[in-house]
Amino acid sequence: MIKLSDDTKDLHTRYMTMMMGPSHPATHGTLMMNLVLDGETIIEVDIDPGYLHRGFEKECEAHRWNQNVAYTDRLNYVSAIINNVCYSMAVEKLLGIDQKIPERAQWLRLIFSEISRITDHATCLAAMTMEVGGFTGFLYLVKLREYFYEILENLCGARVTYSWTRVGGARWDAPEGFEDQTREAIKNSRKVLKDVRGLFDKNRIFLERTVKIGVISRENALAYGITGPFLRSTGFNYDARKAHPYLYYQDLDFEIPLGVNGDSYDRYYVRVLEMEQSMRIIEQALGKIPKGPVMIDDPCLKLPEKQEVYNSIEGVINHLKLIFEDIYVPAGEVYSYVEAPNGELGFYLVSKGGNQPWKCRVHPPCFPIVAALPEILKGYMLADIIPIFGSVNMIGGEMDR
Amino acid sequence: MSQAVLDQLKGRFGEAVLETHNRFGNETALVKKESLLAVLKFLKEECGFEMLMDLCGVDHLPETPRFEVVYHLKSFSRGYRVRIKVRIAEEDPVVDSAVSVWKGANWYERECREFYGIKFKGHPDLRPLLLYPEFEGYPLRKDYPHKKRQPRLPLLKPETR
Repeated sequence: MIKLSDDTKDLHTRYMTMMMGPSHPATHGTLMMNLVLDGETIIEVDIDPGYLHRGFEKECEAHRWNQNVAYTDRLNYVSAIINNVCYSMAVEKLLGIDQKIPERAQWLRLIFSEISRITDHATCLAAMTMEVGGFTGFLYLVKLREYFYEILENLCGARVTYSWTRVGGARWDAPEGFEDQTREAIKNSRKVLKDVRGLFDKNRIFLERTVKIGVISRENALAYGITGPFLRSTGFNYDARKAHPYLYYQDLDFEIPLGVNGDSYDRYYVRVLEMEQSMRIIEQALGKIPKGPVMIDDPCLKLPEKQEVYNSIEGVINHLKLIFEDIYVPAGEVYSYVEAPNGELGFYLVSKGGNQPWKCRVHPPCFPIVAALPEILKGYMLADIIPIFGSVNMIGGEMDR
Repeated sequence: MSQAVLDQLKGRFGEAVLETHNRFGNETALVKKESLLAVLKFLKEECGFEMLMDLCGVDHLPETPRFEVVYHLKSFSRGYRVRIKVRIAEEDPVVDSAVSVWKGANWYERECREFYGIKFKGHPDLRPLLLYPEFEGYPLRKDYPHKKRQPRLPLLKPETR
């Protein structure tokens, strides 16, 4: 692997191979990069992912439809509810009940998706700004994330893995005082976001580390299949929420922020603006959310009330059937997708008519981005890997499954 | 919505398109293995499918042909989506690689190869992606037991680490 480079010059360097990772402090997410360096310039990168592979798809094939909701939490663990929502929507399409989900459940799904988007972007930006030396940014953004984690904690008791949706709706209704708490959280996080933008938007150190660094062209991004903020930072307007509205996104007024250069700074900036748009969406949605049930009224899908289970034979049988056998999904195949914080998250489900999926393929949004990394990194300096990789927002759970 | 694409495909390739359906709004075409690359090229160049969203394998064990490779394509200019499927027999699990059409197919095909043992002809580099090189078997095949353990690897000596 080691070969002499241009040695006709007096001062010449030798190519050096170096391994970065798998547990390098700056590659949050275990991933190994085999670098070939000329001095500090990157000549070649070979990426070796897979350190967090847990056999997600095999496990899904061995478990029942509703049990898999808990597995989807572990895909993108900083925005777990979007995975829950996407998976449930896919199974509901297969069942043919996607139009019958109660309105309140759909609005709540939308609101919590947007909350998850904010927590995901906050985590990504926190890590990115910390890695280029701005530790204050990390503290501020984690504080912002905390406001929303508290809402999610009130919803279901967990802070990271919520397993909140079920096929046919959701497990829990939003807790009392949820709307006020969310409005308060948005008010507080606007303040924090203003501080963060004050720190970084025009910060010379930050600009020099990120502007025109890690540039990807629009054509290349499309050829690699990249979606999400990464694609939008190149100025390409594609967001599944606008292009193929699902839930109630068509009734809401929001904008899609676009970048210009497709560099690390644009990716930072698109994420910051997207967080503001998400807050706008949540505020509008809070005013529109109706009262009502959050689970479809179908005994084949919905667990009966405890009162019924204890006091009627039908209730007991219904409960046992659902717990021991779970739901049955007719044969078919479906590809369902939502706009996750990193890009388009899709589930391709194949059912053969049983209570287990035959195939549960997840299309992880950061997979094509990491696949494109060798081409993006080429020609930059060793130290540039860190802000570029920070702006990728690779999530190990989703990348390696 | 994307029915027009399926009609175009049937008009152009005729017999090579074995089956189409559009259940759940997913337009799907099952094509013959031999004409797969031509179909994908046609879709990219003449129907404007700029992006390969996803590529994965499926194992339909008792059925023959056993494997299926599924391509999800997306066109931004027209707002279409289409799913192309191809069936592959167990005895000859080889299919043409789509890397020449979309660069993004590279890693998807590597992943499909290591999990299903489907080989992609013309792929530049079919190393395992997510699993380690010593992994035995193809874990997502239906005859690979869910609880199967892999043999323990000897530890590397410090100097070769």
